[in-house]
Amino acid sequence: MLLIYCPYCEEERSELEFRQAGDAHIARPTNMTEMSDEDFEAFFFLRDNIKGLTFERWRHLNGCGRFFNAARDTVSDKFLTTYKAGLPRPDVSTLRPATEATVETYEATESNAK
Amino acid sequence: MADLGADATGIVPATRTLPLAGFHGGSAAAVLSAAVPATRLSLRAGPDAVQALSGALGLSLPVQPKTSAFADGRHALWLGPDEWLVIDENEADLMAAVSASGALHSATDISHRNTAILVKGRSAAAAINGGCPQDLSLTAFPVGACSRTVLAKAEIVLLRTAEDAFRVECWRSFAPYVSGLLTEAAEDAGN
Repeated sequence: MLLIYCPYCEEERSELEFRQAGDAHIARPTNMTEMSDEDFEAFFFLRDNIKGLTFERWRHLNGCGRFFNAARDTVSDKFLTTYKAGLPRPDVSTLRPATEATVETYEATESNAK
Repeated sequence: MADLGADATGIVPATRTLPLAGFHGGSAAAVLSAAVPATRLSLRAGPDAVQALSGALGLSLPVQPKTSAFADGRHALWLGPDEWLVIDENEADLMAAVSASGALHSATDISHRNTAILVKGRSAAAAINGGCPQDLSLTAFPVGACSRTVLAKAEIVLLRTAEDAFRVECWRSFAPYVSGLLTEAAEDAGN
């Protein structure tokens, strides 16, 4: 079971209390009535689905109920850090330890898929 | 005509049916019982209203995560940075109390939405851990600690009232599920 640090409860809680809530740091356009359909589609629907480090919103649904942001590695499922909603994106270079062990993925060990 | 207990106005007061009336269960090491009726308030307010609301409620609303306050049969449980669950075991009118505070807040009477199960005994923590993933050791969850969390598939609010006693608040529609699960877990927790 994953333990996720809630920045509002100030402690680690079980993943069972949390829900993922999409990408973080998506700025809502201020000129929504004037923008083209393509721009609106890009804002509203299109997401990068990054393999590796992503910034996501999470909600401590069965806890304090607050939304917060998390930096998570989608390959290892490891939470690198969590921070309160509204705070800027943390510096990526400080998140990853210099000598982080390689994560054993299926692709790395079993498959030739690139 | 039979005397139905009508008062001077001729109105017969309704009898309140508790979702877990008469419920008892568990094991010798974790005794389960239904809590007596209480009034409850879901209270939300910003930090500048905390002092006025504390004065109106007669206790100081906790502002630290996972803490609660207790005074004269009244509990105030920190649920979130701007959210509290207030429980009055004497069934005092909490809505009137917070209305008199004069501070900006949002209060909802949830007296009948919730019901509570009391878990008591040396294996009380083990019984709750049967469905709740939180660390309930005394260092991590001391007396007076409280938290909204999960008990298997149900959401509960957990309050430690003594070293060997917990209050489990759940929605009344979840009461059969929560009581049944706790009964099983209490039996597993030993005698």
